[in-house]
Amino acid sequence: MGLVMIFFGAVFFNNFVFNRFLGICPFLGVSKRLDTSVGMGLAVAFVMTLASTLTWLLQKLLDLWHIGYMQTIVFILVIAALVQFVELFLQNVSPTLHKALGVYLPLITTNCAILGIAILNINLGYNLLEVVIHSLGASLGFTLALVMLAGIREKLELSDVPKAFAGVPLALITAGILAMAFSGFVL
Amino acid sequence: MTILKELKRGVFLENPTFRLVLGMCPTLAVTTLAINGIGMGLATTAVLIGSNVVIAALKNIIPSQVRIPCYIVVISTFVTIISMLMEAYVYPLYEALGIFLPLIVVNCIILGRAEAYASKHSVGMSALDGLAIGLGFTLSLTVIGSIREILGAGSIFGYSLVGENVPMATIFSLPPGAFFTLGILMAVINAVTNKKNPRKKAAAKREA
Repeated sequence: MGLVMIFFGAVFFNNFVFNRFLGICPFLGVSKRLDTSVGMGLAVAFVMTLASTLTWLLQKLLDLWHIGYMQTIVFILVIAALVQFVELFLQNVSPTLHKALGVYLPLITTNCAILGIAILNINLGYNLLEVVIHSLGASLGFTLALVMLAGIREKLELSDVPKAFAGVPLALITAGILAMAFSGFVL
Repeated sequence: MTILKELKRGVFLENPTFRLVLGMCPTLAVTTLAINGIGMGLATTAVLIGSNVVIAALKNIIPSQVRIPCYIVVISTFVTIISMLMEAYVYPLYEALGIFLPLIVVNCIILGRAEAYASKHSVGMSALDGLAIGLGFTLSLTVIGSIREILGAGSIFGYSLVGENVPMATIFSLPPGAFFTLGILMAVINAVTNKKNPRKKAAAKREA
């Protein structure tokens, strides 16, 4: 029961984009076309789950050595290294997958959603299973938000909007309306 | 003279929020109150100046192949220092900014300035650049925070502007309000700058 709540909570009530404001840069940057947004969502899901598992284990070590203040430095370096490693791994093992996700991987290092979920997991005091479920839910919520906005923006491209609103301002307003829908999910 | 010019560039011409559209997550997340906007802006400015100075000083030592990890270590060191200082001296603000304080590390403004400016310029100029861009960021966050606080809570910097029983547009304190405020502000700024440069616009039209 608890795990189900964590999963759906991360997808809807605490949607990463609309409620926690994490990962806004790729949300605005990669949401112009539907197919690229699906690719980005998959890449984020993959890295997010790996990174939050790894950082959770590392936090145990940091606690053991009483150097909790090193958290930020250690986490960001691990995430940066992990992204590099995943890229190399995919390149050698599955070139098709690398081709599909490759462009997005470097972008993910500075994606605050990844570092954000790593720190959140520690702050919320989750155990390993809960961490994995939470990451899966969060990345699904992120993908959902990204795909929704991309679908709307594809249509908006064709419509005649005031010049000052074209591009990012209109995407932000659209995101605001979507966020209103998401704030309707109350436990 | 150069100081004024640099400040003008950071605050207006290359404003990180409205012009370059960088650092969107903290811009949207912490600006429920004007004071949070200032706090986040100043914390980012401090990190930006510190990392710009160190990176400019070390630019000849850092090998270019591993420069990004080096920059990240420098930046996250400053972020850790700043968040420890804030925890010690301004605890309420530290609580209010929460997870977004360690997330200054992944604010693209800082890595962007390190790569685009500090790695090519002198220590003094890099410090000035950090100050200018940081102030631009602080100003944008404060403006957004003030608008959201006035509309959503009927107060500014904690001082109440309206009576107790006046219903406020609470939505501006909630997440959707953040998107609306930023979107409309950006559109207004676009409209003003478009009107200011009619000649440039006409030239662009002729080319197209």
